[in-house]
Amino acid sequence: MTTLPARVHVFGDDIDTDVITPGRFLGSTDPAVLAKACFAGLTDDFAARVSLGDLVFAGENFGCGSSREHAPIAIKAVGIGCVVARSFARLFFRNAINVGLPVIECAAAVDAARDGDEASVDLARGTIDVAGKRFGFLPLEPGVLAILQAGGLMPLLRARGATPTTMGIG
Amino acid sequence: MARAPQAGAAPADGGATMAEHIIARAAGRSRVIPGEIVTVRVDLAVLNDLSGPLAIKRLAEAGHHAVFEPDRIAFFAGRHMPFRDEALAAQVAALRDFCAAQRIRHCYADGEGMDHALLPEYGLLRPGDLVCDGDSHACTAGAVGALAVPMGSTDMAYILATGETWLKVPTTIRIVYEGTAGRYVTSKDLALATMARLGTDGARYRAIEFHGPALAALSVDERFTIANMAIEMGAKTALMVPDHAVLSYLAARGVDAAGGVAAILPDADAGYERSLAIDVATLRPLVARPHSPADVVPAAEIRSARVTQVNIGSCTNGRMVDLRQAAAALRGRRVARGVRLMVTPATDIVWRQAMAEGVLAVLAEAGATINPPGCGACAGWHMGVLGPEDVCVATHNRNFRGRMGHRDARIYLASPYVAAAAAVAGELVDPAAVFG
Repeated sequence: MTTLPARVHVFGDDIDTDVITPGRFLGSTDPAVLAKACFAGLTDDFAARVSLGDLVFAGENFGCGSSREHAPIAIKAVGIGCVVARSFARLFFRNAINVGLPVIECAAAVDAARDGDEASVDLARGTIDVAGKRFGFLPLEPGVLAILQAGGLMPLLRARGATPTTMGIG
Repeated sequence: MARAPQAGAAPADGGATMAEHIIARAAGRSRVIPGEIVTVRVDLAVLNDLSGPLAIKRLAEAGHHAVFEPDRIAFFAGRHMPFRDEALAAQVAALRDFCAAQRIRHCYADGEGMDHALLPEYGLLRPGDLVCDGDSHACTAGAVGALAVPMGSTDMAYILATGETWLKVPTTIRIVYEGTAGRYVTSKDLALATMARLGTDGARYRAIEFHGPALAALSVDERFTIANMAIEMGAKTALMVPDHAVLSYLAARGVDAAGGVAAILPDADAGYERSLAIDVATLRPLVARPHSPADVVPAAEIRSARVTQVNIGSCTNGRMVDLRQAAAALRGRRVARGVRLMVTPATDIVWRQAMAEGVLAVLAEAGATINPPGCGACAGWHMGVLGPEDVCVATHNRNFRGRMGHRDARIYLASPYVAAAAAVAGELVDPAAVFG
């Protein structure tokens, strides 16, 4: 699973779920509505700046705060192909996988990238190409990759009728 | 970062922490070690007005039409009542219909209030329970020794269908509160002091066990405040040993838990990732400055922060002890001009008790608006949303940018005493400066 070269949008540390999807947008679960609200805690025009497949690069503790699944849904719906961060908040990481948004921890790639750079990510091989260099990360477990490839946990279950012990996760 | 499971690692020689005990039991294992990924049986699945609708949608998308065990599921759909708009009214109606169709008895959508305060009040938590909750402040349940893990709506849909989920066993950080707290230093200040030490990700992926004589000196209601803020430190869950006070609290609510405590006590040689001691005698009334719950300083050190709104309430500080503190401070005083003071009891039980005790009258006399029970303005949904020029002091748990409304609004987190002092003074001050 590889993302084509795409534009990098850079964010800092502790980007929380109130900034990604403020409370007032949570009355809807419609991805099209949430896409427009993406990062509305910081700016009104993020959606306008994103092309399908673009990447978010961020600092520490990305997605901290609430359990709202609306946050990774909004990021996926606005067209982001993958989030690369120095580290993720636990709940956001799990939710992102479950909705089919790839999330990768790779501090070296984040440190090297600047806003507007072009980058591409190979999830299966565990490489990120950015700023003229290739960075490695520990590839995601097969069970997690399967969830991402299916587009999320529930689509995978529908397709396979799996239980946790047969997912290859535990 | 891929988190490679450590299956096949040798069993640890040392004893187990509370989290390891509880997860092992839920996984049907004698022992689990941090880093392992296990499948656990869920004792209680909890959803609310925000996470519930999406979970139900996901369940339907997966082609599932029945829940695993109706009596092990609880929906708290009345956290934001009266409804702000048609969308929420329709969503809550759909949740009620789902509960009726699935015969889920624990469906609370009649204005009872908010989930984390109601769960223990309704006797739905037992020490050693493994709870999965579609809300990040699930960790509040740790104050009565239940291990509650927050999950997103998709995970919760899976749990609704199967009653199981997978968990990575966390390491545990041990926090010990020592000493005796001074005047106006409350459990909220202990929580904020801990935030200052750990930061917003110091406990990322960990369980936090809270201990110490200063914790034991607090009432159970006050301990909920501390457990509640574990998520803000990045923690997966929070736990406290159920002592006599907790057992009495539970017994009064119909939960006979005495038999279940021994099995979940941390072993004397339990392996903690780290231990932190906090001497509460050194603490002063604190605030967390905009826009991070970890940017903590004494209230006395804030200069000229003119305040426009004060909110007393939430799953952190919306219980009787909190309202009594506010009333004791505000008796005979008036809210300053230019300040809106809102009091939001966490539950209808608190609301009615506060009324019976005369607490609501004292607050109203001082100029407070008394809100119906629930979350109030904490998440920016209704009843006190902030505009761009607002400066708010709130007894909440989060002050991220945009949390309560406009992204330029500024939110300070504080205890009921500090909030009450700000309401009277019109700016942030140490409570002693106002109340003596």
